[in-house]
Amino acid sequence: MHRLLIRRLLQAIPTLWLIATATFFLLRVAPGGPFDEEKPLSTEIKEQIEAHYGLDQPLYRQYFSYLGNLLQGDLGPSYKYPGWDVQEILLQAFPVSFELGCWALLVALVIGIPAGILAAALHHRHAETGIMMAATAGICLPSFVVGPLLILTFSLLLGWFNPLGWTYPADRLLPAITLGLLYAAYIARLARSGLLEVLTEDYIRTAHAKGLSQRKVLLGHALRSALDPVVAYLGPAAAGLVSGSFVVETIFFIPGMGPFFVNGALNRDYPVVMGTVLFYAVLILLFNLIADILQMWMQPRTRHDEA
Amino acid sequence: MHRLFFYLKRLSQKRYCQPKRFLLATALATLAACSPSRTNVERGSQNQELYIGIGAEPAALDPHITTGLTEYSVMLALFEGLTTLDPQTMAVRPGVAKYWEVSGDGLTYTFHLDSQARWSNGDPVTAQDFLFSIERILSPALGAPYAYMLYPLRGAEAFNKGETTDFSSVGLHAPDPTTLICQLSAPTPYFLGLLAHNTWWPVHPPTIRQHGGMTERISKWTKPGNFVGNGPYTIESWRLNNGITVSRNPHYREVAQAALNRIHFLPIDMQTEERAFRAGYLHITSSVPVHRVDWYRENLPEQLHIDTALGTYYYMLNTTRGPLADKRVRKALAYAIDREQITEHILRAGQKPAYHFTPPNAGGYNAEARLPHDPSLARSLLAEAGFPDGAGFPAFELLYNTSESHRTIAEAIQQMWKTQLGINVTLHNQEWKAYLSTRQAGDFDILRAAWYGDYDDPNTFLDLGTTDNGNNHSAWSHPEYDRLIQSAAQADSAEKRQQYFQEAETILLEEMPYIPIYFYVTSRLIHPSVQGWYPSLLDNHPYQAIHLKAVH
Repeated sequence: MHRLLIRRLLQAIPTLWLIATATFFLLRVAPGGPFDEEKPLSTEIKEQIEAHYGLDQPLYRQYFSYLGNLLQGDLGPSYKYPGWDVQEILLQAFPVSFELGCWALLVALVIGIPAGILAAALHHRHAETGIMMAATAGICLPSFVVGPLLILTFSLLLGWFNPLGWTYPADRLLPAITLGLLYAAYIARLARSGLLEVLTEDYIRTAHAKGLSQRKVLLGHALRSALDPVVAYLGPAAAGLVSGSFVVETIFFIPGMGPFFVNGALNRDYPVVMGTVLFYAVLILLFNLIADILQMWMQPRTRHDEA
Repeated sequence: MHRLFFYLKRLSQKRYCQPKRFLLATALATLAACSPSRTNVERGSQNQELYIGIGAEPAALDPHITTGLTEYSVMLALFEGLTTLDPQTMAVRPGVAKYWEVSGDGLTYTFHLDSQARWSNGDPVTAQDFLFSIERILSPALGAPYAYMLYPLRGAEAFNKGETTDFSSVGLHAPDPTTLICQLSAPTPYFLGLLAHNTWWPVHPPTIRQHGGMTERISKWTKPGNFVGNGPYTIESWRLNNGITVSRNPHYREVAQAALNRIHFLPIDMQTEERAFRAGYLHITSSVPVHRVDWYRENLPEQLHIDTALGTYYYMLNTTRGPLADKRVRKALAYAIDREQITEHILRAGQKPAYHFTPPNAGGYNAEARLPHDPSLARSLLAEAGFPDGAGFPAFELLYNTSESHRTIAEAIQQMWKTQLGINVTLHNQEWKAYLSTRQAGDFDILRAAWYGDYDDPNTFLDLGTTDNGNNHSAWSHPEYDRLIQSAAQADSAEKRQQYFQEAETILLEEMPYIPIYFYVTSRLIHPSVQGWYPSLLDNHPYQAIHLKAVH
């Protein structure tokens, strides 16, 4: 376990450095700059502003000073929103996206795993086809369709929920379903195929032969291994879920991270893009690590391999 | 194996699911009960709290560095200039300046400040504060993009461009705390209206100094808690992408006039906004999605507000590119466009076809020159230029920034040029910042462009055609045109000034570096409880004039 942690940590540093470097230079290659506006600034004024942010320095100097600040934990100020620091933006927005992501993950698991088990249990029957078709539809239906449909039904028609916002506990439900549905569909497919594979293995037959009850065989033996691919998928999926969705957060007017990713790039707000990208990278590394640990715990085989 | 499946099948049977369904329904009902039973609109109308959609997050709330209408609409609650604009007529009204005198030559304005004018921390608003504010926006180090709005002040341009560092060379004096004297370089008929623009608004010097100093751009002075302004409202809370709430400034000089207790500015996306409005989440939206306009027109016409705006949608031609250098070709392209087709069938929200460049009624000016919709004249012009029926016309490109509506218009025009003139144009779109960079580099043939007036005067439009205007990327330069705009700026009578503008507009249409297409409108959804919101060319809606009445 310790070795795994240390190895991952050592891998993380060059990974993050590579991502930071690639993002930094790719951003500068994109045409247009942060201070290009429809009513263009005069050259003198643009130079003044660029000097303010150190953009008048040669690129390599900007790069090293960015890395230097980064090492001190300073992500810089937003160009688009003067007076707001990138840290401040992330600190405000991330908890919201994180909460939404957790609810969505819950939705995904609560719908996805039982659906997968059911589909596997009903293998070769019409019901399986039905569940899998629903799962495929879930993958295909984009959130900008599901979200407004849910709002139209449960908010505008039935009046049960607010159409948008993030003020009341009930405001979590519709966006969590919208965001979670897609992941639920993936999880259902993974759980189904995982279970179908495991159920043919010898140790399941052994378990039966030992005279264990169905429930014990299924929950104690089969499910644990069957969920292996689900857990592997959950690492990156969770990182994606908690780092915010532009579409869902826009549809439901939720003050999360999603819009900063997209608008940051569109506005050429370099520090915001760098900050959100690096933050996302850290999340992915972290969640992959958690997924690995979970997998080791669930699958003795992986545990031995690591040792 | 069989028994396992049997077990799972039993799980899926209805008998087992029923209590779960019941639980789910109960949970849903409980959750739903956690949301408030009254909508924002109901609650707001009772407490005089206005919920207004602003479409996007304001970039900043510093009146000296912002340029957009979104920012303006929020700052209008937070600051007040020397003059204000009447919400109904847009006539100039006193603001911080109670009254003023203008010298006979129109070059010296003496303002007498309202002694009741206060900052939101209770400090009096003084003439020295204005001196500080104007020095701040003109300081090159601040890099204020709109500093040119102060150029009518004598010496302002030289100071802003760094030609002198002596601020006393700018024509501005404050002999005592309630008197401010402005000296202009030329009589500027729209000067008093200009003072209502955010670039002329005062900022609170101690607050600015405390948060980084006069020319610090990256300052936190507009954050809640730090903010001090002189408008009817002051910032209560601000969270990016979530909204700004402003509440009454108790020290505002006419505090009794402001009926609203709070205003919530919500940066909700256009499509989401319409749903929010339907659910009673907003009193006013920032726009209406095109596909919903007809529905509202049919079903709730009293809530759909479409007003003329001071804005022109046009195509800019690069006059250095091949046949576009020939004004006959430029005119042919302009005459072949069926503008009514575009406004009636594509835009459908009351936009007006543009047969001249300056929108109607800009500062009381209405252009007399007209360009025709005349495909046969267009064909003969094209033939004269050496391209009968478009034969031999080189390939060229139409560039627009990525958007559904720009694409639809471009496709319609592409089709018109093809059928009427026999010429082919390829469409090309670029994402906003890339588009701006291409545009500034002049690397285009034809480009979609738009202009919203900064102030209510034809000058804000016709100035775009002058040789050294920062927005003239057409490479078109016409000495006579430049002279006319210059003369208008120095004209000693309103009639002469109008005449210069009429002549300039005639030249613009004769030369056609810009092809006007339509005049903008602003469309909004407004709840019937909102009173005191009037149509405004400049989209200027002072919040003091608004109150909410209960509606069932």
